[in-house]
Amino acid sequence: MTDADAPALAVEDLVMELHLRRGVLRPVDGVSFEVGAGETLGIVGESGSGKSMTCLSILRLLPKPAGRIARGSVRVGGVDLTQLSERELARDWRGRRLSMVTQDPMTSLNPVFTIGDQVGSPLRHHRITRTLRETRARAAAALGRVRIPSPERRLDEYPHQFSGGMRQRAVSAMAIACEPQVMIADEPTSNLDVTIQVKMIELYREIQKETGVAIVLITHDMGVAASICDRVAVMYAGRIVEQGPSRAIFRRPAHPYTQALLDSIPRLGARRKRLFALGGQPPDLLDLPRGCRFAARCPKRMARCDEAYPPEFKLPDGHVSACWLSESEAVHAA
Amino acid sequence: MLGYFARRLLQGFMSIVGASIVIFTITRLTGDPVVLMLPPEAPPDVIDALRIKLGLDLPLWRQYLIFAGDALQGDFGRSYRWEMPALDLVLDRLPATILLSAVALAFSMAVAIPFGVLSAVNRGGWVDRFGKVFAMAGQAMPNFWVGLLLILIFAIHLDWLPAYGAGTPAHVVMPAIALGWYPVAAQTRIVRSAMLDVLDSDYIRMGRSVGTPEFSLVWKYALRNAAIPLITMLGVYFAAMLGGSFVVEVVFAWPGLGRTVVEALFARDFPVVQAGVLFAAAMFVVANLLVDLSYGIVDPRIRHGR
Amino acid sequence: MAVEADLAPADTAAPRPRRRWRLPSAGVPWFSGLILLLLVVCAIGGDALTPWNPAALDLRANFQPPVWAEGGSWAHPLGTDNLGRDILSRIVAGARVSLVVSLWAIVLSGGIGSLAGMVAGYFGGWADVLIMRLVDIQMSIPPLALALILAAVLEPGLETVVIVIVVTYWTWYARIVRGEILSLKERDYVALAKVAGVGSATIFHRHLAPNILNTMLVLATLQIGQVIIFEASLSFLGLGIQSPAISWGLMLADARAYLTNAWWAITMPGVAIMLVCLSSNLFGDWLRDVLDPRRKQL
Repeated sequence: MTDADAPALAVEDLVMELHLRRGVLRPVDGVSFEVGAGETLGIVGESGSGKSMTCLSILRLLPKPAGRIARGSVRVGGVDLTQLSERELARDWRGRRLSMVTQDPMTSLNPVFTIGDQVGSPLRHHRITRTLRETRARAAAALGRVRIPSPERRLDEYPHQFSGGMRQRAVSAMAIACEPQVMIADEPTSNLDVTIQVKMIELYREIQKETGVAIVLITHDMGVAASICDRVAVMYAGRIVEQGPSRAIFRRPAHPYTQALLDSIPRLGARRKRLFALGGQPPDLLDLPRGCRFAARCPKRMARCDEAYPPEFKLPDGHVSACWLSESEAVHAA
Repeated sequence: MLGYFARRLLQGFMSIVGASIVIFTITRLTGDPVVLMLPPEAPPDVIDALRIKLGLDLPLWRQYLIFAGDALQGDFGRSYRWEMPALDLVLDRLPATILLSAVALAFSMAVAIPFGVLSAVNRGGWVDRFGKVFAMAGQAMPNFWVGLLLILIFAIHLDWLPAYGAGTPAHVVMPAIALGWYPVAAQTRIVRSAMLDVLDSDYIRMGRSVGTPEFSLVWKYALRNAAIPLITMLGVYFAAMLGGSFVVEVVFAWPGLGRTVVEALFARDFPVVQAGVLFAAAMFVVANLLVDLSYGIVDPRIRHGR
Repeated sequence: MAVEADLAPADTAAPRPRRRWRLPSAGVPWFSGLILLLLVVCAIGGDALTPWNPAALDLRANFQPPVWAEGGSWAHPLGTDNLGRDILSRIVAGARVSLVVSLWAIVLSGGIGSLAGMVAGYFGGWADVLIMRLVDIQMSIPPLALALILAAVLEPGLETVVIVIVVTYWTWYARIVRGEILSLKERDYVALAKVAGVGSATIFHRHLAPNILNTMLVLATLQIGQVIIFEASLSFLGLGIQSPAISWGLMLADARAYLTNAWWAITMPGVAIMLVCLSSNLFGDWLRDVLDPRRKQL
């Protein structure tokens, strides 16, 4: 069914539209990236930049009835998910070959069903296990893999009996129960406190080492991205403005927006607020400028920034930046 | 959990005591209750004897204590119309009313839950709109009128169901529908709004993201959450059924508490009225108590004492 | 009737309906407003509007079906009853009882209940405990059962119906107004006024009363339908309005005896009750949306 040589996840020129009464807006506007098996891609950006909408578009969990995929493809192991029916997607893909961990561990588990039922549900629905006994054994194994102690005993407990960190582990167990090739983690740690964040990040790395899952990590936190991601994509107003190996991005950020994001990491390990070095707001998606979308807030704005949206320039260290400033250093326009 | 249970039990008891005070006070409102408690044709010496027996020369609170003391011993006086202790009569009629109310409640939920769920899932669709009109109309119809229309259609014109009486399962159908019709609107609204909230929740999105089929997301995972607010209201609805049963039982000649109390009223058989209403109140309190304890089964957060 | 079943969801256990269940048509307030207006016109106009004297017997013309049925005529558009009385005329005449009972019941239960709710909510302490205990106790008695006892103790008639309804419904206002007051009290401007030494009467008058007036208006509109059903039930049982006065519930009670002979006699007064009740609910719902901007947005 899938092509072994294809990257685990390849998103190409993905456009997602929301058709609202006020007009049509594109929270995801031509996004492309690839993630290989065993690799972690970080997607960073402010809230509202389109990171979460990108994840939801990949799984096609769009707000109904306003949302639709307008263009582009999402290939998992070579199969284009945008061409599949809703039924096929639910039956063979979601939770099976690609899964998602959502933002809030406190609300992502159904309060009136046991942990065992919920972690076991993808196993049952994808017919990986046939009997209750089998499901319980596999669910317990999944809980064990996310380092929940004595998992058999905890199967019959309810979410409220779990701490915040444990709940996030249980949600992760639900996501990896069927051993997917791709896992999308949308701000998996933003609602946890710092020590638990660190543990969760370590956990994701271990799981990745064990199973070779490709991870897409959505975060607004550059620190988290730096510590776990092999590659990073920076999003602004629905587009990726800079993308490349994380080492390159963090050493030599080329896009002024990335630089601003990096400047907003507080030093000395202080608890970070959603503080951003630049003033102003992201542009209104219904009223986008003709040129660079970041121009209005950019400290290095030039005349041509308002004239045309910059193409992607490939830089010598291997990363790509959509900023006119990068033109002079570019190897060639990507 | 045990403390909670004890506290609720005490509260329930207090409510029944309170209700008995209210009922007692009302019966004393018009002055001499002896006139109410005896048939109109009772001779003067009987009236005097009862007056002394009841201690009507005592202050009102003492009178209440005597009444309550008798009641606690199961003595609500004798029904002269049925010529038996009022308590025995009430206990004899109570099961039929409970049966009718329970079937009516089951009917209303059997309609309200699917309607509420479908309205929420297809918001703005035809089920949603039709359901709203249907439910609003149901709420605007007096239950006894619904009962009469049902008799007109299903008993007189179609001759499918017996028009009155009790005894077979067919007998309970029309009274239960007449009685259960009214709360459908309110229940559908509760289920619909709870369902909309739940369907919008992170855990349903999580379920969808691991490939749970839509059907089981809605009818298994979402419904159990959405049912909680409805279940917390069950006691209130059961009480509404009890209240409504007074009229519906008369329409269908259903041999329950409601009809007995109404008949007793016209016969001025006051011990029966007093005992009947007090039992109806007690049943309401007990129903609420049971509901409070039972939704722990659905909502584990309560079961574990949160 | 099932009073609490309808009320409680609005203010206690159920989550606030964030996305309200609306009827699709924008004509709803017009339709319902018109029906309520018609009720008022019939109640005021009374006999003057009707083609027949609602009490006039005509045994030769009994059991006439409505005009659209076979054998019906325009002389009696909605048919006649067992004594040959014109049903349309009787429905118009019955509107007066419905409206009079509604008005008295609403003014009294609204006044008493709101006052109790305000006192409980504003002063708190033992007044609150006392009033809310009373509300709780009363809610543990099925409303119609309480009504039956009262109706039996008092003489049946219009006054009794009003008293019974007031006794049943004051708790409705008391609970909701109390809740409203409690939430208003939390607001800064009320707290500030209190700190600034503004007297209770002034705070009541200036800050609280205007805010709960809207709530009361909505409750009163919704109550019309409830009162009419309540009155009909009592009259149907023979404990409410007594013949020869005309009430819709009483008409239904009479018609029950000849259910097999004249379906229209049982149908028409019920339709009148249903229309008024439905209108009261719809209009109340609409009013709530209009008066409460928080809910209107969603």
